[in-house]
Amino acid sequence: MENAVDLRLVEEPKKPLAMNPKKFGMWLFLATVMMLFMSITSAYIVRQAEGNWVYFELPPSFYITSFIIVVSSITMHWAYRASKRDDLAKARLHIAITSVLGVAFLVGQFIGWVELVQANVYLVGNPSGSFLYVITGLHALHLISAVVFLLIMLVAVFQGKVSARNMTKMEMCTTYWHFLGALWLYLFVFLILYR
Amino acid sequence: MENHSHEEHGHEHHGNFWTTYIFSEDHKVIAKQFLITGMIWALIGGTLSVIFRLQLGFPNANLSWLKPLLGGWITAEGKIDPEFYLALVTMHGTIMVFFVLTAGLSGTFSNFLIPLQVGARDMASGFMNMLSYWFFFASSCVMFTSLFISTGPAAGGWVIYPPLSALPQAISGSGLGMTLWLVSMALFIISSLLGSINYITTVINLRTVGMSFTKLPLTIWAFFFTAIIGILSFPVLFAAALLLIFDRSFGTSFYLSDIYIGGEALPNEGGSPILFQHLFWFLGHPEVYIVLLPALGITSEIISTNSRKPIFGYKAMVGSMLFIAVLSFVVWAHHMFVTGMNPFLGSIFTLLTLIIAVPSAVKIFNYVTTIWRGNLRFTPAMLFSIGLVSFFLTGGITGLFVGNSAVDIQLHDTYFVVAHFHLVMGAASFFGMVAGVYHWFPKMFGRMMNDKLGYIHFWITFIGIYMVFFPMHYIGIAGFPRRYYTWTNFETFGGFTDLNMVVSISAIVSVGAQFIFLFNFIYSIFRGKLAPANPWQSNTLEWTTPRHPQHGNWPGEIPTVYRWPYDYSKPGAKEDYIPQHIPFSETPESNLPHESELIKLEGIDNTMRVEEKKHH
Repeated sequence: MENAVDLRLVEEPKKPLAMNPKKFGMWLFLATVMMLFMSITSAYIVRQAEGNWVYFELPPSFYITSFIIVVSSITMHWAYRASKRDDLAKARLHIAITSVLGVAFLVGQFIGWVELVQANVYLVGNPSGSFLYVITGLHALHLISAVVFLLIMLVAVFQGKVSARNMTKMEMCTTYWHFLGALWLYLFVFLILYR
Repeated sequence: MENHSHEEHGHEHHGNFWTTYIFSEDHKVIAKQFLITGMIWALIGGTLSVIFRLQLGFPNANLSWLKPLLGGWITAEGKIDPEFYLALVTMHGTIMVFFVLTAGLSGTFSNFLIPLQVGARDMASGFMNMLSYWFFFASSCVMFTSLFISTGPAAGGWVIYPPLSALPQAISGSGLGMTLWLVSMALFIISSLLGSINYITTVINLRTVGMSFTKLPLTIWAFFFTAIIGILSFPVLFAAALLLIFDRSFGTSFYLSDIYIGGEALPNEGGSPILFQHLFWFLGHPEVYIVLLPALGITSEIISTNSRKPIFGYKAMVGSMLFIAVLSFVVWAHHMFVTGMNPFLGSIFTLLTLIIAVPSAVKIFNYVTTIWRGNLRFTPAMLFSIGLVSFFLTGGITGLFVGNSAVDIQLHDTYFVVAHFHLVMGAASFFGMVAGVYHWFPKMFGRMMNDKLGYIHFWITFIGIYMVFFPMHYIGIAGFPRRYYTWTNFETFGGFTDLNMVVSISAIVSVGAQFIFLFNFIYSIFRGKLAPANPWQSNTLEWTTPRHPQHGNWPGEIPTVYRWPYDYSKPGAKEDYIPQHIPFSETPESNLPHESELIKLEGIDNTMRVEEKKHH
């Protein structure tokens, strides 16, 4: 049998990239989410170019929610830094604030939908409105999953499972939150530019 | 479905039957689950094709003997129901492209070979890997169920173009059948993405000591590129399907506009059916390479091993796969030349499409030069690999015709296209899959498959497939459109009745020949000759594992890799192969000057790493 190999070698495979496989997988997942939104926004452009496109104003509450999501990214970063310093009380506080801001964002998005309905823009109708509902709805679904992730982290912090030496999950959560924030900003700017 | 199928005679000391064979996180068991499910799907897909070939080859035959199987889908006159015919071709396409050649091929061999060939204990996440299979299983169940509902399965073609697929009023298959199709594909996409994330992570992060990217077997390169393509393209199909679901179920108008049914206008305004085609083919074209690249990788490995020669142009092989992967994303509109697209845009897509011929030709050239003057061993796997190269060539050449926007106006949606993609993607990938099964069967089940049956299987299938698809070129050039239920009403096509009959008979024989393979497969699992440790004298790491590798693959330490995987017939070497884990210090007689230099590094490298370990 050939497997009686060199005895000098070490058991652990060398990690050719200094990246945790879980974090790496996370980035690949983010790539798929990115592709999903890229394809919908490019479908939006293609469809808009064909004409018969109803114009309407973006709901005002989207400006507020954009502000909220930026603030939540800052608090998330504070939570990350706090847990990196093993300052768990602060980490708990900031994760909690971020979760509340996340929920506030979702509520704001919903109010945005209500405003759209008041402006007579419905899911069913001209694709310009349908696209807006689908894009914001899909983003909100992802954000809900991120809020769930935040709550899991909150529990983990309470149980003392997060520390400066055990940051993988915290880092993944932070990455996901920043990603969804940046994604919303991209979508928002996109929607402003392509009315 | 496959509870009984993947018993292995190894003895896992931990875990009961359920955790070992059903909800397993071991990549080898998951690979076998994918393989067996894929084979069941291949049988179903093949059977569907036989049924519609009966209709096409023998349009006047009385098929009432199929009533026990198809029931109401056979009309009172003993004919196949025309709408069911559409469902047959739709499901044949869907099943073969996604369930057999994506999940069955990539799912099986990426799962099986990546950890074994890069030297890892398992995938990066065994749990996600298990989820990947079970999402595929759920997707399979939904699709399988759709075959038996009273309104019939989806019937809008495997490309599910709206408005046909969006309106239940259009055909009965666009009702519940289409809904199930979409649900099934959503699950399938999740499965495929979970798998791809795992494959990429494993290849990048879990390679064994010394396994640099330049020492990776070409199989791994192929699976790696395939997974990247999948990550980038499947979300787009998801988006397309999502918008279609909204159109179907929630009344939106993404794809629908100005449609009149029975003189009444539908309320949908402002949609664009062409938009769907763009989204679909942005996945659809890369999907062709998701299907094909793993087969090409498998072939590279098998041809090199059985020619007892290093693969010709290793870097060119990797480069051409990378080039194909990149190009696959910028050619999608060549499926849409006749949608009224801007002719200038058509020329651009023609140009980009024809460029794919360059990396493809590089690959074929390298296969042929690898075989050239090698000590050929015609194992069944080798024959199927050579068959793949043959199909890839003949099918690829017709790609130059249909890829040309001017010529495509005549050939679009004819049997010429059917012949083209069945050869280049269908038959070639299928041969890659079968070659892979013959080649890695000893590693999967610890036994050998029967060679003689393999040869019979190969020759019938090889000749059969050419007899099925070669005549289709003529039928296609004559203008016969695909997906038509019958052509007996058209004088023009009267001359092709005999040719169609030949095609149908060959198709039935070819599908029948797969039962030889099936018998060989099942028989060999239980009664095959016991496999030696390295039956093909191959260089890659999977052959350094025991005959029945347990979960974790290597009982001791994972071997270190010192050399590339293609040291076959190296001048001066004692044997005609030197596996990857043999250090250069053990082969002074065959080392090249720069390799002898590396000997010094071997020791240092390891001591350094041991020290590193102490620090942690």
